[in-house]
Amino acid sequence: MDVREQLNILGRMGENPSFAGKIREINRFPLMARGIDILQINLGRRCNLSCRHCHVNAGPARTEIMERPILEKCLQVLETFPIATIDITGGSPEMNPHLEWFITEAAWLNRRLIVRSNLTLLCEELYRHFVDVFVQNKVEIVTSLPDYLESKSDRQRGQGSFGKVIAALRELNARGYGRKDSGLTINIVHNPVGAYLPGSQAALEHEYRERLHAEHGLSFSHLFCITNLPVGRYLDYLMESGNYEDYLRTLWHSFNPDAVDHVMCRTTLSVGWDGSLYDCDFNQMLGLTVNYGAPDNIMNFDMNRLKHREIVINNHCYGCVAGSGSSCQGATTGA
Amino acid sequence: MNYYEPKDLVDFPNIAEWAADQGNKFFEYYGAATGAGKLTEREKSLIALTVAVTQNCPYCIDAYTTKCMSLGISSEEMMEAAHVGAAMMAGVTLAHTTQMRKIIKKKEM
Repeated sequence: MDVREQLNILGRMGENPSFAGKIREINRFPLMARGIDILQINLGRRCNLSCRHCHVNAGPARTEIMERPILEKCLQVLETFPIATIDITGGSPEMNPHLEWFITEAAWLNRRLIVRSNLTLLCEELYRHFVDVFVQNKVEIVTSLPDYLESKSDRQRGQGSFGKVIAALRELNARGYGRKDSGLTINIVHNPVGAYLPGSQAALEHEYRERLHAEHGLSFSHLFCITNLPVGRYLDYLMESGNYEDYLRTLWHSFNPDAVDHVMCRTTLSVGWDGSLYDCDFNQMLGLTVNYGAPDNIMNFDMNRLKHREIVINNHCYGCVAGSGSSCQGATTGA
Repeated sequence: MNYYEPKDLVDFPNIAEWAADQGNKFFEYYGAATGAGKLTEREKSLIALTVAVTQNCPYCIDAYTTKCMSLGISSEEMMEAAHVGAAMMAGVTLAHTTQMRKIIKKKEM
């Protein structure tokens, strides 16, 4: 489904109020940024997997890859401004040929350095060396494991993916990741395998910890619960399965006013593969660049105009404020 | 219009209408009874789902099936819980044949 069609569907809210109308009711409109604490850099849409929930629509056939001049500009911005967290995502970041160089350069900046890896590539000869790169640069790894049951996880991410993640986790554990006092962090992302919201993050983390330890001898740092937003391939799934209206209604009825104050876009700036700037990775996939006078490409970066910009919102934003709230760091309201 | 409509599930928070005092006390009790305590939220959700299927409540079945999925409870675990409910219902039925058998034995020549 192309971007225009996705936005058309998201615009049809039926009897439910638009997101803008909803936050206007609680005096949170317009939604404003309050700084840039996280620079989230999307290295491209190429991926070895084609997960059914992927909002990026990433896959092996995608060709969009961030080139080195854009990455050099990201480094320059990071050197100039005290942005606390560098969050590298994709697609599969490992499939960008500049990743190793970028990690090495970014590590010198001594910031929190995150790579969102699906881990399955680390089992392949061509990419195995990234384990060393991650360890040497103390990269914080965030990986997706939608369920602790192989059958459910594989239904979402593809046959055999669960086994590869388990194998990679085993090696990362052996290298210190997820072990107390090692200084090496690996966080797991849970997202529902279907048309429902994630449950309590604390309860699910407990269950993941018990099961992964008992059944596979594995440990990890924390679990992040992330709500699936109706964007990209997940929107396709909702439409094809006849779940779209129910899901939107569920998001709307789970609206949590407290979560509005904690949405990640208020402290995050997202960079697309071509340098375009967005309020979040979901807006990026909907082609909704930053607006309202803020520069929309990293080549024209202007901290003063970006740090207090008005956020571009649409109805998919309901996903980040439903229930306990959702962000790339998991639940936002402590449940 | 049907007697049961899925979208009516969202009316549940309004059941205190016209009797707010009692309704609000019910919600307070409901929250305390179903929230995590000595039993986990998972365990209580499975109990609630089992009661829902045995009592044929479409709203509760919808709500607690979804809640169990959200908590990572597998289809197999939910089905096992339903069988506990089914076995209990069968057992309750057959246990009540005691009264039936006692009456028969008393009244038959």
